[in-house]
Amino acid sequence: MTSAALRSRAWKVLEMVTTPLLPSDYLDLVSPLRAGADLRGRIEAVHPETDDAATVVIRPGRGWRGHTAGQYVRIGVDVDGVRLWRAYSITSPTHRQDGRVTITVKAIPDGKVSNHLVRRARPGTLIQLDQATGDFVLPQAKPAKVLYLTAGSGITPVMGMLRDIEFDDVVMVHCAPRPQDVIFRDELHDLVADKKMRLVEVHTDTDGMLDIARLDELVPDWAERETWACGPAGLLDAAEEHWSEHGVQERLHTERFRPGIVVAADGCGGGEVTFRATGKTVAADGATPLLDVGEEAGVLMPSGCRMGICFGCVTPLKAGAVRDLRTGEITEAEPGVLIQTCVSAAAGPCDIER
Amino acid sequence: MTAIDPTAHLTAEQIEELGHELDAIRDEVIAGRGEKDAAYIRRVISAQRKLELVSRGVLLFSVFPPAWLLGTAGLSVAKIMDNMEIGHNVLHGQWDWMRDPKIHSTTWEWDHVSPADQWKHSHNELHHTYTNVIGKDNDLGYGIMRVDEDQEWHPFHLGQPLWNFINACFFEYGIAAYDLELGENLHRRRRKNPEFRARAKAVGRKIRKQVLKDYVIHPLLSGPSFLTTLAATFTANLVRNLWSHSVIMCGHFPEGVQVFERRSIEGETRGQWYLRQMMGSANISGSRAMHFMTGNLSHQIEHHLFPDLPSNRYAEVAVKVRALFEKYELEYVTGPLPKQVFSAWRKVFRLSLPNKKPEVKTPDRERELVAA
Repeated sequence: MTSAALRSRAWKVLEMVTTPLLPSDYLDLVSPLRAGADLRGRIEAVHPETDDAATVVIRPGRGWRGHTAGQYVRIGVDVDGVRLWRAYSITSPTHRQDGRVTITVKAIPDGKVSNHLVRRARPGTLIQLDQATGDFVLPQAKPAKVLYLTAGSGITPVMGMLRDIEFDDVVMVHCAPRPQDVIFRDELHDLVADKKMRLVEVHTDTDGMLDIARLDELVPDWAERETWACGPAGLLDAAEEHWSEHGVQERLHTERFRPGIVVAADGCGGGEVTFRATGKTVAADGATPLLDVGEEAGVLMPSGCRMGICFGCVTPLKAGAVRDLRTGEITEAEPGVLIQTCVSAAAGPCDIER
Repeated sequence: MTAIDPTAHLTAEQIEELGHELDAIRDEVIAGRGEKDAAYIRRVISAQRKLELVSRGVLLFSVFPPAWLLGTAGLSVAKIMDNMEIGHNVLHGQWDWMRDPKIHSTTWEWDHVSPADQWKHSHNELHHTYTNVIGKDNDLGYGIMRVDEDQEWHPFHLGQPLWNFINACFFEYGIAAYDLELGENLHRRRRKNPEFRARAKAVGRKIRKQVLKDYVIHPLLSGPSFLTTLAATFTANLVRNLWSHSVIMCGHFPEGVQVFERRSIEGETRGQWYLRQMMGSANISGSRAMHFMTGNLSHQIEHHLFPDLPSNRYAEVAVKVRALFEKYELEYVTGPLPKQVFSAWRKVFRLSLPNKKPEVKTPDRERELVAA
């Protein structure tokens, strides 16, 4: 018998001893970050960046497969005892020697997870991790000229890129309310001092919001640059329009942190939502994502970015219909239909497999 | 359903008011659930796993009597923790609010021969909804005993002290049969029913796994201690069964607990439902260790009022609930474990014989009249 077969036999015997639990339930007690465990990480440090932003240093478990600059990671954090999942851009370079990864989090008003991570997270805390993912990444071939267009915490995926790869000609346009609100400001200024890039800071408290037409004046050759843009929906919508108008939309890469909601807050529709596996039925309005409805009802809902991009929340729709909150589009139940619960609301009674 | 209704002095308005006050107690706990509660259940689960692991490790040398004693005691406690403070309460959904898939009513499985989903149906849906309603709540004597004067007597009940003792020794199998509604399903020749067969198969698989673990694999791993480990795991299961049977008997069978007629719950309001839970349950008084080992089912009244609140909160809830009993002049049935067990057993013996329809129920000495 091969050693692999022997090991699998031994494991089977172990499972017979630990039933109804699994051997891993016991191993988790002593080694939650081991290879083969559910992917977790341990917070090793939390460094303040600005008044309301901090960088969290995470030691990922052995199963971590690394990331590509610009990608994000879903993390599950227990806030007041409740497991909440959010997605954050990775800000550490891919070649970090100690194998740690960092995320940089800006506390948003009423943001449960962001406020917890910035103000209350303590080193030593275990968190749940998912593998890094996302298409907002640099190409294989080095572009000759690069523009990074960012605002607020939209700088985070770009910081991951800046720390990862150097380009010959880089311009960054970054918007923040005041100088002290610019995350990574010292590091950005060091890059400028080392002549690694040119930086345009727009301080919106004094300068007003960035008018995208001003790019001609700030970065005259913007249309020739391969551009990565990340920030609030207003900026990205304007950028997409601007790049399209000039026929260079293929040079623009964007990353959104919030879904663009088209369905009005009072949302028509709504109805009784049945969570089949849990056996719960609750009333839901036509504007609340089914993810929130389920979580409120105590149903075990998978979740991730909560904005319709990561597909961490997909769930079979068994009956009824739901409305996509971003497009207003109606999806009706059919065998095999999966819905993203974070951007779908009830459009009449519906039945989902949770 | 006693001749004198102990709630007769309450008006309909008072009953609804009582309901609102209980709702407020519930809301307060829910609003305050948090990190400390989550840390509590994780600590208990971790302690249980370590205790079980160490005890089973010690039992590998069970041929030495001190190792046998220590390992058996540890494994007994670990099994009781698994079933009572952890399993029963997790399966009630008391910890679902944490959204941790590893500690959730839909994913949990316990060290018990009845599969979690079958137990959840018969316990959470039937027993907790129809608590103490004759003909609806099969927990009233588990279908093998009479535990109230108003339940019909049958010569079969002459043997009920014996049935109860056998059930206590093999309680987990009793529960599995009960969750399967085995008697009914065999009796009515529904053996061929595919749904019943699927559930019976699931029970069979669970029994096989449990038996293999406790009576084959673990003894085999003990090598020369094979027989002594076998005796140890058997003893631990027996201790767990006797203990949980005793605790659960104290929940609804002691003297002073009320039962209800089927028609009395038609159109029941939330206030009336609460009142039925209050009158249909009994507590066990004791130390913190006692509450812990009963899985906080010693706070049976509070558990029946709020089955999905985290068990570590029942002690604080009990203070407020007891004050309401006092305010509304209701009897809070409670007492130390030996007294309550004795009371329940006495009833089992007494009701094994037929009785006349009761005229008036005199207050029992087991009753603790809080209002007094």
